[in-house]
Amino acid sequence: MSKIEKEVTVANKKGLHARPAALFVGLVEKFDVTVTINNGKETVNGKSIMGILMLGAAGGTLLKITVEGSQAPEAMMACEKFFSQQEEELG
Amino acid sequence: MNEIVLKGIPAAPGIAYGPSFILDKGDFIVPKRLIAALEVDSEIARFEEAIHNAQREIHVLKDKIAQNMGPGHAQIFDAHLLVLEDVVLLDQVTCGIRDTKASAEYVFSNVIRKFVEAFTKIPDEYLRERATDVNDISKRVLKYLMDESKLHDLDSLQDDLIIVAHDLSPSDAVSMYNKKIKGFLTDIGGRTSHTAIIAKSLGVPAVVGLKDATLRINNQDDVIIDGEKGLVIINPSVGTKELYMKEQNKITISLRKLDDLKDLPAETLDGKRIALLANLELAGEISTVRKYGGEGVGLYRTEFLYMNRLDLPSEEEQYKAYRQVAEAVAPFAVTIRTLDLGGDKFISSVQIPKDMSPFLGYRAVRFCLERPDIFQIQLRAILRASAHGRISMMYPMISGLAQLRGANAILNQVKATLRDEKIPFDEKMKVDIMVEVPAAVMTAEDLAREADFFSIGTNDLIQYTLAVDRVNEKTAHLYEPAHPGVLKMIQKTIDAAHNEGIPVAVCGEMASDAMLAFLLLGMGIDELSMSPAGMLTIKKMIRSVKLQDAQRTAYEALQLATGQEVEEFVSSQLRQSSGV
Repeated sequence: MSKIEKEVTVANKKGLHARPAALFVGLVEKFDVTVTINNGKETVNGKSIMGILMLGAAGGTLLKITVEGSQAPEAMMACEKFFSQQEEELG
Repeated sequence: MNEIVLKGIPAAPGIAYGPSFILDKGDFIVPKRLIAALEVDSEIARFEEAIHNAQREIHVLKDKIAQNMGPGHAQIFDAHLLVLEDVVLLDQVTCGIRDTKASAEYVFSNVIRKFVEAFTKIPDEYLRERATDVNDISKRVLKYLMDESKLHDLDSLQDDLIIVAHDLSPSDAVSMYNKKIKGFLTDIGGRTSHTAIIAKSLGVPAVVGLKDATLRINNQDDVIIDGEKGLVIINPSVGTKELYMKEQNKITISLRKLDDLKDLPAETLDGKRIALLANLELAGEISTVRKYGGEGVGLYRTEFLYMNRLDLPSEEEQYKAYRQVAEAVAPFAVTIRTLDLGGDKFISSVQIPKDMSPFLGYRAVRFCLERPDIFQIQLRAILRASAHGRISMMYPMISGLAQLRGANAILNQVKATLRDEKIPFDEKMKVDIMVEVPAAVMTAEDLAREADFFSIGTNDLIQYTLAVDRVNEKTAHLYEPAHPGVLKMIQKTIDAAHNEGIPVAVCGEMASDAMLAFLLLGMGIDELSMSPAGMLTIKKMIRSVKLQDAQRTAYEALQLATGQEVEEFVSSQLRQSSGV
């Protein structure tokens, strides 16, 4: 079991609102990992849309992502790609 | 358990002891209901089923929107669906049901509320707005958890409860009349809030403006209400309970003594007769008028006929209600106030856009003049009923002569039609106006020439004169009936009416306060109309004083500079005059 931590910046200008949050949950759910996201104040479950929405992460926010599990490297790669995209490029 | 005492604003007198019932109100009334340990699993299953039903509903909606508007627009529903699958949310609800043994709808609405509160703290405005999505989703689920018929009314309540709510709306009031409720506690509101009016007309105590009563009190807590002092005692000790039982006995005995006054006139020691009338909200309440010796109905609030329903009441239905009241109060008279919608009173059948300042907005006669279609039906019903008893009619919120003439023009059209149709009505039916807008006071001389009667609605007149929102608990202390500015308004109204030879009544809460009623008596008021339960106390006061003492007191009180000085002076004069 591996655990990976990385810092990412929310590239999407409108931030992590309902639709991107939904896409993110859909993305990480495919992996056999646990995901947590920290915005410097709170840590939430990355597979919970309510948790992600509660972060209130606007565009440009710095987030710390932690993935843990057998597919941690693949999951982290997907996460990094996700956060680097604008909304129109997202799945 | 420790005794806890909360202090609020006393809104209706009396003492009550009983189990509490918390009404949680948002768009939905979600009562806190506890379940048995054995029911936990079935309650969780019920919750899961509600989630499934809500998901199915969203899927249907999503497909429809995708077809009509394209798949992009439907994507928001993917987020809604994810919320309903959210592990954190679902866990919190199932654990909550297990831990607190409360019903699924109560736990669910609390969990949602916490999320929504967290969302509202988000600095980014766009992200913060997601709270609306969550509220929308929660409504879909609650609809399946609660019997829909129970969502908007309180008919499912048991008897003998103390109702604890954030606030009570006038439409809640209707459901309360048929219940044996022991008392009311609310987080917000002042002395003249609807909670106070409801409680007084039911003759039960109420304490309002408690700020966080709904959080501090749990369902089925033992609660004592001291409506005199504005105290609430949660889980009272045996000693406290005994103390209050004794106090309650005393009150019962003095009420029984008051009962002896029922059939005696409200006449001062020096022979001045004052008419004591009742304020009435529902035709079904009419028996209380007689019970407390009322000489008719000074204010029949018709808006309750329009509330808690999806359609407008028909002419026939209104006619029957008005006729019923007129026949029941005979040989006395009833004054029917035309629809006073708006402010804090809303109905489902007519959509009124949300006002920033509802009390200054689209309401009462302003609304009726814009909607003659609705107004005419009511006028026809009132006129037809006038053939069967002593009925007069009253327009609320008249601000000047133009409005009075506008309303009368519609009335005259309706009368003409009735004559054409050979339908009988009282050709001499009196048309009164409510004086509750400062501009009406300033133009009272002109109004008195064209109106048959003035009724001073002190609740609104005080609110408008002092520019104090009576629903806002932060400004509640500024709401001073004895403020010299208010008293001068009232005196001017009375003088203008008497100069034109028309009588004046007061139909606000002021009339049911013995000290203020003594002052009003001295100022020359002819009639006092109030919640039925308050009439005997006022009658006792009137029968124990002399008019000339009241007049002298009023004259001197009007020279005083502050409301507090007025209250102190009038109270001491009343004590001397009545020898109490």
